[in-house]
Amino acid sequence: MDAVIQSSTAMVNEFVLNVLGSSTALLAQAAEASTPGAEAIGLSHYLLVSSLAFGIGLMIIITRRNAIAVLMGIELMLNAAGLNFVAFSKFTDADPVEGQVVTLFIIVIAAAEAAVALAIALNLFHNLNTVEVTEAHALKG
Amino acid sequence: MSGYSDVFREVMFWVFATAAVLPALFVLFSREIVHMAFWLLLSLAGFAGIYLQIGAAFLGFTQVVVYIGGILILLLFGIMLTEKLDVPLRERRSWVFVLPGVIVGFFVSAGLMLIAVYVPWKTAIPGRSEFVVREIGANFMSTFVLPFEAVSVMLLVAMVGASYMVRRDSATGKEASLPSGAESSAAESQGEN
Repeated sequence: MDAVIQSSTAMVNEFVLNVLGSSTALLAQAAEASTPGAEAIGLSHYLLVSSLAFGIGLMIIITRRNAIAVLMGIELMLNAAGLNFVAFSKFTDADPVEGQVVTLFIIVIAAAEAAVALAIALNLFHNLNTVEVTEAHALKG
Repeated sequence: MSGYSDVFREVMFWVFATAAVLPALFVLFSREIVHMAFWLLLSLAGFAGIYLQIGAAFLGFTQVVVYIGGILILLLFGIMLTEKLDVPLRERRSWVFVLPGVIVGFFVSAGLMLIAVYVPWKTAIPGRSEFVVREIGANFMSTFVLPFEAVSVMLLVAMVGASYMVRRDSATGKEASLPSGAESSAAESQGEN
């Protein structure tokens, strides 16, 4: 009987120690991952900045009614994507130049998109006398 | 690394990251659309600074020239041309969309941040960060030659299309407008107002 109790308490002890050990290891890992300040400025810093800007741009797009304000949100999101390209190509073993080339393409496309979107906004203003996106419902069935 | 220390790099990163994200928040919260445009200017300048800090100097300068010098001026022109003079520039907010917008934006942003922090990216030692304009040009003409040509054609099409869409009708001198259906709906909406 004593032997059984002893062995079971030993097993419980071992289990608790295992759980504690693995969870503390996990916690330490998470702390290491979440405080990148231990190293210098790394990849995740840039990704954090770009994800914040992306979220803010998305909020602007959804909450605003003015077409030009929506365009500003789109520009913010494009910027966030470009920063991601540069950061990944810099901090992984990819070619550090190719990410910059792709970001240049993004900038060029953003310029073309802004020109076309403003032409659309001007036409909207001439025809509906407003640029609010909720007013442009002529095609609604 | 051309002589500047790690501490300086770190400080510059935080300065430019703040300059990129904080004005973006002001863009989100400001009520006047002209103020939004100028806060967007600061945010784009912050992104240009981050490009400089990460070692992509050419991109930083391109960002200043194209975004701040081009797209932002275009946005300001758009604001000027599409605002009625008798109505204040203050933009009405659509409260129906504010709550879902904030919720969606928050969750997307939080998800991306969790991914950014917790995914074990296969990082490598950052390569050289010298001035790489020559390599960018070589890439444009070798690896990326097809996208380069496609983007060139697309820019031409966008330019021609944009100037066609806002053209003035040469016969009447009036702005060209959409066919009669759109005009009648415009008249209707004016009648409602």
